[in-house]
Amino acid sequence: MPFIPHTESDVRDMLDAIGAQDVEDLFDEIPASLRIDDLSGVPEGLNEQQISRLMMERAEADGRPLCFMGAGAYEHHIPAAVWELTTRGEFYTAYTPYQAEASQGTLQLLYEFQTMMAGLTGMDVSNASLYDGASGMAEAVLMAVRGNRKSKSHRILVPTTVHPEYRNTTHTIVNNQGIELVEVPYDPEGGHTALDSLKQYEGEDIAALVIQQPNFFGILEDVDALTEWAHQQGALVIAVANPTSLALLTPPGEWGGKGADIACGEGQPLGVPMMAGGPYFGYICCKQALVRQLPGRICGRTIDRDDRVGYTLTLQAREQHIRRSKATSNICTNQGLLVTAATIYMSLLGADGLKRVAQACHANTRKLVTALTASECVEPLFNRPYFHEAALRFSLPLDNIMRPLHAHNLLPGYVLSKDYPELGDALLVCATETRTDADIETYAGHLNRIIESQAAAGCPVKPKMA
Amino acid sequence: MSNIPVELKYAKTHEWARINEDGSVTVGISDSAQDQLGDMVYIEVPEIGQTVTAEEACAVIESVKAASDIYAPIGGEIVEVNESLADTPETVNQDVYGEGWIFRLTPTDKGEMDALMDADAYQGFLDSEEH
Repeated sequence: MPFIPHTESDVRDMLDAIGAQDVEDLFDEIPASLRIDDLSGVPEGLNEQQISRLMMERAEADGRPLCFMGAGAYEHHIPAAVWELTTRGEFYTAYTPYQAEASQGTLQLLYEFQTMMAGLTGMDVSNASLYDGASGMAEAVLMAVRGNRKSKSHRILVPTTVHPEYRNTTHTIVNNQGIELVEVPYDPEGGHTALDSLKQYEGEDIAALVIQQPNFFGILEDVDALTEWAHQQGALVIAVANPTSLALLTPPGEWGGKGADIACGEGQPLGVPMMAGGPYFGYICCKQALVRQLPGRICGRTIDRDDRVGYTLTLQAREQHIRRSKATSNICTNQGLLVTAATIYMSLLGADGLKRVAQACHANTRKLVTALTASECVEPLFNRPYFHEAALRFSLPLDNIMRPLHAHNLLPGYVLSKDYPELGDALLVCATETRTDADIETYAGHLNRIIESQAAAGCPVKPKMA
Repeated sequence: MSNIPVELKYAKTHEWARINEDGSVTVGISDSAQDQLGDMVYIEVPEIGQTVTAEEACAVIESVKAASDIYAPIGGEIVEVNESLADTPETVNQDVYGEGWIFRLTPTDKGEMDALMDADAYQGFLDSEEH
């Protein structure tokens, strides 16, 4: 349904029909003392020419550095067709298009999206998306507490290898709901969550264990062993998985003997540009047994009274417009536009295409790590396999290197010291399929020159972390 | 005119309760309730072993148009739940006082049954609710 604004004669007709003189009359119940006289704090409007000029100047200030940063948002190639189709008026301007009578196209798309996500994660059901990966994890935690009826503790084990922002966001959302997030430290050699660090929780009442794969350091966790351990403890398993990686790695539905119970994560890698941080979308999938605890919109396929296939929202008794305060969540929408882009992206690439993207990401990151660690002053932090991102340690202060690299129009990576001060001068680097050999040479070249010029007095090589 | 069997007791929240020979109490929803709710699609039954108090929400019944809490008419420990409702929730519509039972509990205090309405009182309650 396209958006068609009212003309003045439309407005006139409507006012005549209800017997009002003008639109202002409809607000006459509001006491004068509450009305704002003017919007003097708001500057004069700009015309189209002025605003275009302003936005161009602003956009130039952003710059387009060569990106070697991941840490939750990834630069992938998005085929032109994705946004050609997504910006069609029917998708782009539709507001809350969930009515089965009016939005069969949108609902079919949501259904296809759900089908793809369930397939990608190896789970039974998916919803029609959440706001982002971080709040998606919070919803998964809430879901696990509701769904794990045997557990009374409301304690969730969260490894510190889970994205720091996801942990912060989840804490903000669940903290006042009586849910305790228990941090599990990572292994300093491997950068993963070692089974040993969970031993102290054996025999305790744990509602769920969160496992991020690949984890924030890009390291691959022992998902089978961790899943088995959690299930043996009567805890549910929440998988936080990068969707591109799922084209290559074992999907959460196949972790351990019974598979993860809930899979969630950030959908941005699937056809959504990085856009300085958003909007993105979160995905959440689960086993059939937990479907009634799933938050958000769920689209179903059914037949109408003429036996034609139709799509409609379903299981709405979970949602707040029906269950009110007992709803599974207060989310009552989804990230429809980005889901549209993701669905078209996945359709265009297909399973094979997505796999090739993942393979290229992995190959390029390995090349990047090789190129950067050729320098004496750079070495890998951890000794376990990684996927499409790697944590590197620098034996000279990162600040001295980052600034000159930025000046060369490079985004060298994500500085880890803010969230993991114990790692010292550490950088998380990433190379997706969009980085060429020449790009990697450019980065390594600049880095080596900068290190040389910095290390005139010799490069102090710190001992390896014992 | 809804069906209100005389041998049962009724709560203001439209649950019925029946004392069984072994002293346990079976609970379901009344004919008037199932009629108001419409076609049932799902019943979330309580956990066996769960202890409930009188008037505590312990189950959820979902129809095509609404989801409604079911309250324990008296306090006790849940000893049995009607598993068949998972596959055939419509039984609640079709046989609301028989096969459509929802859970059975061992009462903590049988005296709490006295606080419930008998069939006449429930009929009167329904009549007054209509106005």
